[in-house]
Amino acid sequence: MGIVSPGFQGRPRTAEPALPPGQYLTEDFPVLSAGPTPRVPLDTWEFVIATETGTEFRWTWDELMALPQETPTVDIHCVTHWSKLGTSWRGVSLDTLLEGVDTAADYAQAHSYGGYTTNLPLDDLRDGQAWVVHTYDGEPLPGEHGGPARLLVPHLYFWKSAKWVRGVRLTVEDEPGFWETAGYHDYGDPWREQRYQGD
Amino acid sequence: MVAQTPARAPARWRVGRLVERRVETPNAQTLVLELPDWPGHLPGQHVDVRLTAPDGYQAARSYSVAGPAVDGPGGPRIELTVQRVPDGEVSPYLIDVYREGDPVEVRGPLGGWFVWRPQETAPVLLVAGGSGVVPLMAMIRARRAAGSRVPFRLLYSVRTPADVIYADELRRRARDDLGLDVAYVYTREAPDGWRGEPHRIGLADVNNHGWPPDLEPLCYVCGPTGFVETAADLLVGLGHQTRRVKTERFGPTG
Repeated sequence: MGIVSPGFQGRPRTAEPALPPGQYLTEDFPVLSAGPTPRVPLDTWEFVIATETGTEFRWTWDELMALPQETPTVDIHCVTHWSKLGTSWRGVSLDTLLEGVDTAADYAQAHSYGGYTTNLPLDDLRDGQAWVVHTYDGEPLPGEHGGPARLLVPHLYFWKSAKWVRGVRLTVEDEPGFWETAGYHDYGDPWREQRYQGD
Repeated sequence: MVAQTPARAPARWRVGRLVERRVETPNAQTLVLELPDWPGHLPGQHVDVRLTAPDGYQAARSYSVAGPAVDGPGGPRIELTVQRVPDGEVSPYLIDVYREGDPVEVRGPLGGWFVWRPQETAPVLLVAGGSGVVPLMAMIRARRAAGSRVPFRLLYSVRTPADVIYADELRRRARDDLGLDVAYVYTREAPDGWRGEPHRIGLADVNNHGWPPDLEPLCYVCGPTGFVETAADLLVGLGHQTRRVKTERFGPTG
């Protein structure tokens, strides 16, 4: 427990569902981005998985849409302390995309239109834990929230859910991404409050 | 965009105390905190502030640091400028309840991307929406403190003249800090004698008060999400390279 702040009560406790430590609930959908929102036309959009041996698996927008679609409803947690519960998405599971991808890699680095990168263990993309989503709350995903498509990995802090995702590179070594290089935690588990390096 | 920030030591929680409070606008105040072992920070970085209730409940929010640390009798001091968020949990406490001498937990400095380093030589355009001026003011103050002669322009969008944070200091610096220009956009109510109507930031504002893209300025945009989306899109539309446009968006982080 920290040092008590004289006169601080905080919001009523009973209204708060179980949140990871240090998080508060928001009904809005705040935006955290490091630069301008890239505008990605659908006719040239593609998603690429590249293995550690250089083999590439590509999907156009139409090909992605033709894959089996899932509709996860998940809680999301941003490192800037807000959490949003019960968000509903539509997209393709990484299990579907990784089917038939032969790899011995332990890590993945997602990369985005606009140059953003983020890293995570490959196992965290498997077993129903991650999707490439294109629809939020029944509507096409807006650009400022990562449209046309973003990664969704809700069990990690939301910066791991790369906006404007264009592909995943599978790597043998762990390669820190954009925020990970700038002092944020390499893994980013909200329930263990892994916000920054050393947490 | 490519991260170029060196790895830093992990930030830990420190206990600061309020030594001074300044009223900036009816809804914004600057808190001067004494932080005995503060390691220093770069202009544009932020801190997390954590409050703890008697039953152990905690609430944390992020605030930009408003200027370089200064030395006080009890150690380094940093300034945070807090905008009141209606129905907020942390900002009303910091503005209405928190008193001189009270402890508060602070973690930082945080964020290694939205920063300006005084050794930079490119011209700088700062685009602020409302309380988004805070980290940009940190850059303006650091520029003068470092003796930098890099040309700076601040384009500051506010609702009314009464909402201008740091109004007197910006007036003084626009006169005294050589190479600093300050321009305003008023969205609701302009001062007497202002030419033009109140309006939201547009292409003409960014074109008239910014730098041409061929000078390859560094652009920093900070404010609410909608404002940042608009301003950053305008800059890209004018031909600025996206990797030279750095943004920080304020969510509802009361």
